[in-house]
Amino acid sequence: MIRIDTVTKRYPDGTVAVDRLSLEIPDRSITVLVGPSGCGKTTTLRMINRMVEPSEGSILLDGVDIREQPVNSLRRSMGYVIQNAGLFQHRTIVDNIATVPRLLGWGRQKSRARAVELMERVGLDSALAKRYPYQLSGGQQQRVGVARALAADPPVLLMDEPFSAVDPVVRKGLQDELLRLQEELGKTIVFVTHDIDEAIKLGTTVAVLRAGGRLAQYAPPAELLTAPADAFVEDFLGTDRGIRRLSFFGTAGLELKTSPIVAVDATAEEAAARPGGDVHYLLVTDRDGRPLGWSEPAALTAGAVDAGRLLPHGRPFEYGVESLRAALDCAVLSPTGWAVAVDGTGRAVGVVSQQTIGEAIRTAHAEGRRTEAGADARTGDDAGSAAGTDAKVAG
Amino acid sequence: MNVLHFVNAFFSDGSHWHGYDGIPARLAEHIRYSLLALGLAAVVGLPVGLLTGHYGRGGNALALIATAGRALPSFGLLVLMFILLGFGMVPVMVPLVVLAVPPILVTTYEAMRSVDPSPVDAARGMGMGESRVLFQVELPVALPLILSGLRSAAIQIISTATIAAYVSLGGLGRYIVDGLYQLDYEKVVGGATLVAVLALVTLGVFWAAGRFAVSPGVRRGG
Repeated sequence: MIRIDTVTKRYPDGTVAVDRLSLEIPDRSITVLVGPSGCGKTTTLRMINRMVEPSEGSILLDGVDIREQPVNSLRRSMGYVIQNAGLFQHRTIVDNIATVPRLLGWGRQKSRARAVELMERVGLDSALAKRYPYQLSGGQQQRVGVARALAADPPVLLMDEPFSAVDPVVRKGLQDELLRLQEELGKTIVFVTHDIDEAIKLGTTVAVLRAGGRLAQYAPPAELLTAPADAFVEDFLGTDRGIRRLSFFGTAGLELKTSPIVAVDATAEEAAARPGGDVHYLLVTDRDGRPLGWSEPAALTAGAVDAGRLLPHGRPFEYGVESLRAALDCAVLSPTGWAVAVDGTGRAVGVVSQQTIGEAIRTAHAEGRRTEAGADARTGDDAGSAAGTDAKVAG
Repeated sequence: MNVLHFVNAFFSDGSHWHGYDGIPARLAEHIRYSLLALGLAAVVGLPVGLLTGHYGRGGNALALIATAGRALPSFGLLVLMFILLGFGMVPVMVPLVVLAVPPILVTTYEAMRSVDPSPVDAARGMGMGESRVLFQVELPVALPLILSGLRSAAIQIISTATIAAYVSLGGLGRYIVDGLYQLDYEKVVGGATLVAVLALVTLGVFWAAGRFAVSPGVRRGG
């Protein structure tokens, strides 16, 4: 655990970058420091590996003041990843990654073998080992940066806006990769970003800092979105925090309708036999059950389904895996207002209306509020979830 | 009466290839003076340039010293040193070193300052000490520019080392000074040609040194 204990950083010109900040950074989790520029997030990170020395207060690593050990041995025990990767352009990829092992006195062979192993771990082709940084794309360079930080297997990883210089598609790939790596490695990661979406996606806990280096809120992402501490945090989260919060609710409880699904080779009678009810469209699938598109029932009664005249079904969501946010997005984008749920293999397992999703959201919010209301109010839980189930059935 | 005729006459005269005043001997002297001056200038200029560039301090003072050094006339300095110190190598070395230090010092400083700060920050953050940062991170990247500073210093030294002949020392300047005195233009042009060829060879040597010493990652990227 890293304990930041009432730390202040004041520069000689009087600017206060960090103001009496206290944080407890738990092991094996991603703690994100987020805030507008000038909020002291990078300064805070750099105080952990003593790139910046605090003016007041102390930082403890597993209960020991970080000033107790020589500065370079402290830094070698913490991986350090920065924006633009900061690779050594005169060294090959494998030698870049082997930097810290070499500093720790490992042999050349052992360091290189470890470097090649890490290249695979971060998703880099080992054929790139002998290349130089200029021969790699920005995303690849950043992967090398992460591999270099992990080379000596440090327990702590400090990441200073590591993904902010790459394009959004590459950034998403790197973020997913980091989450996957973290699941495998379980490092204590401190991650600095100015991007609140990145903070919410990656953070186990998120520390929102405000200008002048004061802590505005320190909470898990879902709590941040539900209950922003004040107007500053609320403003920083942006106008669509309600929508974003849906990312934390699953779709497993969503009630699906299967009756409007009809195979492309169904006869007119079979199609006509589908109950209309509140669904005014039928979802036509191919013979394997993969969605092809929406059709008006009237168009089907004439005979065989004309696959060429279907309305597009839009992007489907994976039932039980993707969040309510994805389901709602699908429903909003669908020309019929109904979202298509598929299983892992892409087969349609049902359709769900915006209305049903809306009710699931209300239920989820109600459950969320109850959980916040207090851990001792456990007795009410059963009744609550029963009510929630009723609501879903009614939809 | 054309220059090529003089060149041809000078180099085809067999007597110019032997003895203490022969081409091999004068060339060897010239190279010796030049190497000594370049070595002394590098010993002064490189460490100062590397350290000031690394710590980012003293840039203004350096610019001042460099300008002053460039403003000093080499020939005037030679005469002054000769009067003060008398005959010998030292009066020759002083103007040559004063001539060569500014380009080495200034380009080395600039080369170190122009190194991308983010790998340097990464290096410190990974636990490299200052000397490792300087020699393993900054220097390899700054090397092409540093070599270009040494190269222009070397070229200036080679062309200016001819003045050694004015104070009775050897080198290729001997041909030029003696030729002018004896009104032997064959000798003057021959000596000047040798200096020019030596300068071109030096360019080649620096090019080869760059190929050998600079990492392919820097050569391409920088």
